[in-house]
Amino acid sequence: MSYVRPKFRHPALPTNKLGYTVDYYEGSLSTLCAGCGHDSISASVIQAAFELNIEPHRLAKLSGIGCSSKTPAYFLSNSHGFNSVHGRMPSVATGANLANRDLIYFGVSGDGDTASIGMGQFVHVVRRNLNMVYVVMNNGCYGLTKGQDSATADLGSKNKSGQVNPFESIDLASLAIELGATFVAQSFSGDKAQLIPLMKAAIMHPGFAFINVISPCVTFNNNVGSTKSYDYVREHVEATATIDFVPEMKEITANYKEGSVEKVKMHDGSFIQLNKLAKDWDPLDKRSAVNAMMNAKEKGEILTGLLYMNPETKDLHHTINSTEKPLNTLSAKDLCPGSEMLKDINAEFR
Amino acid sequence: MSSSTKSTGSNGSAIKNSGINNFVVRFANVNGTGSASANHLFTKAIFRMGIPVTPKNIFPSNIQGLPTWYEVRVSEKGYLGRREGIDLLVAVNPQSMKADIASVRPGGYLLYDSSKKLNEEYLRSDIHYIGIPLMDMCNENYSDPRQRQLFKNIIYVGALAALFAIEFEVLEGLLADQFKGKEKLIPANVKALQLGGDYIRENFKYPLDMRVERRELLKDSILMDGNSACGLGAVYGGASVAAWYPITPSTSVVEAFMDYSATLRLDKETGKRKVAIVQAEDELAAIGMVIGAGWNGARSFTATSGPGVSLMNEFLGLAYFAEIPAVLIDVQRTGPSTGMPTRTQQSDVMEAAYASHGDTKHVLLFPSTPKECFDMTADAFDLAEELQTPIIVMTDLDLGMNDHISAPLQWDDKREYKRGKVLNAEQLEKIERFGRYKDVDNDGIPYRTYPGTHPTKGSYFTRGTSRDEYAVYTEDGNAYKKNMDRLMKKWETSKTMVHKPELYQEKNSSENGVLFFGTSAYSVEEAMDDLKLQGITLDALRIRSFPFNKTVEEFITSHKKVFVIEQNRDAQMKSIISIELQVDPNKLISILNYDGLPITAHHIALEIVKNLFTNKKVK
Ligand SMILES: Cc1ncc(C[n+]2csc(CCOP(=O)(O)OP(=O)(O)O)c2C)c(N)n1
Ligand code: SF4
Repeated sequence: MSYVRPKFRHPALPTNKLGYTVDYYEGSLSTLCAGCGHDSISASVIQAAFELNIEPHRLAKLSGIGCSSKTPAYFLSNSHGFNSVHGRMPSVATGANLANRDLIYFGVSGDGDTASIGMGQFVHVVRRNLNMVYVVMNNGCYGLTKGQDSATADLGSKNKSGQVNPFESIDLASLAIELGATFVAQSFSGDKAQLIPLMKAAIMHPGFAFINVISPCVTFNNNVGSTKSYDYVREHVEATATIDFVPEMKEITANYKEGSVEKVKMHDGSFIQLNKLAKDWDPLDKRSAVNAMMNAKEKGEILTGLLYMNPETKDLHHTINSTEKPLNTLSAKDLCPGSEMLKDINAEFR
Repeated sequence: MSSSTKSTGSNGSAIKNSGINNFVVRFANVNGTGSASANHLFTKAIFRMGIPVTPKNIFPSNIQGLPTWYEVRVSEKGYLGRREGIDLLVAVNPQSMKADIASVRPGGYLLYDSSKKLNEEYLRSDIHYIGIPLMDMCNENYSDPRQRQLFKNIIYVGALAALFAIEFEVLEGLLADQFKGKEKLIPANVKALQLGGDYIRENFKYPLDMRVERRELLKDSILMDGNSACGLGAVYGGASVAAWYPITPSTSVVEAFMDYSATLRLDKETGKRKVAIVQAEDELAAIGMVIGAGWNGARSFTATSGPGVSLMNEFLGLAYFAEIPAVLIDVQRTGPSTGMPTRTQQSDVMEAAYASHGDTKHVLLFPSTPKECFDMTADAFDLAEELQTPIIVMTDLDLGMNDHISAPLQWDDKREYKRGKVLNAEQLEKIERFGRYKDVDNDGIPYRTYPGTHPTKGSYFTRGTSRDEYAVYTEDGNAYKKNMDRLMKKWETSKTMVHKPELYQEKNSSENGVLFFGTSAYSVEEAMDDLKLQGITLDALRIRSFPFNKTVEEFITSHKKVFVIEQNRDAQMKSIISIELQVDPNKLISILNYDGLPITAHHIALEIVKNLFTNKKVK
């Protein structure tokens, strides 16, 4: 168990616009190993949802199987959760979203869950631009089955038993961009200052939002030689920018076009404010984002931050032209054509 | 075991009723030459003359070029199963000519394209040859090569119309319906029909002694395929989400749903659709989407066949254990593995009943007619939500892809969708603590909530891992067992909700009985009549669902021998009966057919007679 949560809450704990304190966004106690990167990510989800004033019951959290996929239990206990089967969360999320487009869909997966058994579903959920957040808690190994290499383990990295991984790794963020994801970010579980605004922006993004979070497995993959250990990642992160998510619906003009600050307008009028670090990188230009990632890879660095986004995006419901009204609210009157119509249909078969 | 194939061909003894409104015509075509609509025209004309008719597509798993057959049985008595023995064969495929000619019964007819002289080796002295220079006629009358190809088919339909005395106005009416909006195409088709008819009238004796005569035997019946009926059933049953992956023979279920939804589910004001249909990347994703939508309160379904059901196993187990409504239409084909993808079988029974690892059982429904396809698909959505579990509608290629005469589809406008035990915000407000897996009503069926219902009450974790009544993860053995026992109680409850079997003939009047399901019904009814003529009466019970209604057990108990008829090798239904019911398995005698073609009455009757009179030892 990672931590024991104190029962006591300070009465003056700040509340958000809905009047909730941050503990309203917590889940049950984590049963993951103490120090597991995944717990830090859960904490970021809690903070992001709190700051965005989300009604927890309007968010549905879905996952596959693995330590990472257990985490939805540890945040937003007033949300419905769905722990599906290994690697197949994307299809369940797709069905859920088709049934009710009015909820926020937050999917959690692991690198084993996504990059191996679930690769097919991952690829297609990106392609369909399902309006959801998809977080991969990427530790380069299988945690729950005790430390086997995953498909995101870097070539030449060592696992706990000292074996060297002989295969190329799959870079999920690059892949997501390649597949047409409209929001792609990368972060490190230990960097909440970066992760929280990314999560907020991802939640507000009207299409598929992918965040690959390097999240070291302290039990099976935190050893010398692993490129997903805490120390290695700390030493090799290179941020694209510091980002702020500005939820205000009206434009804030301060800082506009000053220095290296760039503002990206979201569909609902909110903004992402970028304080650029990386040179020659434009998060609205796919080619530029891909170049920056390739350069980082050559230098052995992990590029983090918002990598690419297209704020003008149309999600799956738009593509299939389904009603604004959630399908799960349609009544028999909407759905059933009635007996008169059936008479005509029968006539066609005579 | 199956002898049905052996008795096809030149075995004349299988033929008993050629004559007026009693014969079998087979068309031997090349796949992809446009023969399907011509052949359908022939069938539909007989149907419109009020005579029972049943067509069967016997086609290769291939898109173009290979031999394909279309068999039409006409039966005054309304026997709509497949019958062995060909009375007239339209042989226009040189590739299969030899086998086609051999399949005609002695005294039967062969209609062939006489543009080229028939090979010596194809000449049989015991059949009649009707040569029509189809290709020459086409070349003479049409300049476009594609037209030549297409009208060749229409010409032979015209010839058949003359031979069988099919009313020409009926054919014209059908063409008018077919080309509504494209009337320009009608005259050329009419001309082709006339060319064929005129050639027969000038050169042969017509009509034949076997021919059609108008009747009023069909009343308001329709001629429809089961897949279209399932697709419509899903529209009427209120499905708003469909996810699927193409596989023969189920593809046209979702295609029909799509077609009907395009008009019936269009919001006229906004131009938007009141339905979501997604072609998934595979069957795993298809059922996953169905489950996600079912969890979120939309009626959702998928359609597939054996290989797809295999892939869906893990997810079906999840839906069973996490108790999520889902509807699956399994149009069975010949297995195992890829088997014969375009041939029929009832061989997914076992895999569907117990799909997935662990102790699982699924509710299966077995329709026999297009009307039942419609009804059972619509019912499946009620059952899935009431029972919070997957419901699998088990049809097969024969029912799904062939036209069948059926009672018209009906809908009661007073009918309301049964959405099952779902708590809304007000109801949750009144509850101290919501227990997702609590057996409140002592029927094994718990209450559920849709995501997003209430800010603080009713949310829970859906998972395939063991949990307590409040959906909290636990590995406590007692909690697990309690939950599994509750699922078993729910199974018992489901027995009172699923479709009851149908009893044929006098109730328990005979010593022996027959159990069957699905498309075997057509041939069983005929076999029972045939046996009666030979002085053998049997009671017959058609199973319409799994779990079995109590009557199935009573039926077996009250008979000395019970023949279980099914279209698979391993007697899957018989096995399930033996597993699930307290009956003496030695009483059950299998009659099986698994050659990929629909079972025939002749085969059933023969096996029963053999067992009752020749085989003194009961297997
Ligand atoms: C079909 C199936 N195959 C295998 C497993 C076993 N399994 C459980 S978790 C897991 C790997 C999880 O790894 P990852 O997604 O990286 O998550 P982590 O535990 O590292 O967070 C595997 C292989 C399973 N549950 N289901
Ligand atoms: S095994 Fe690794 S991934 Fe799993 S909880 Fe422990 S530290 Fe985290």
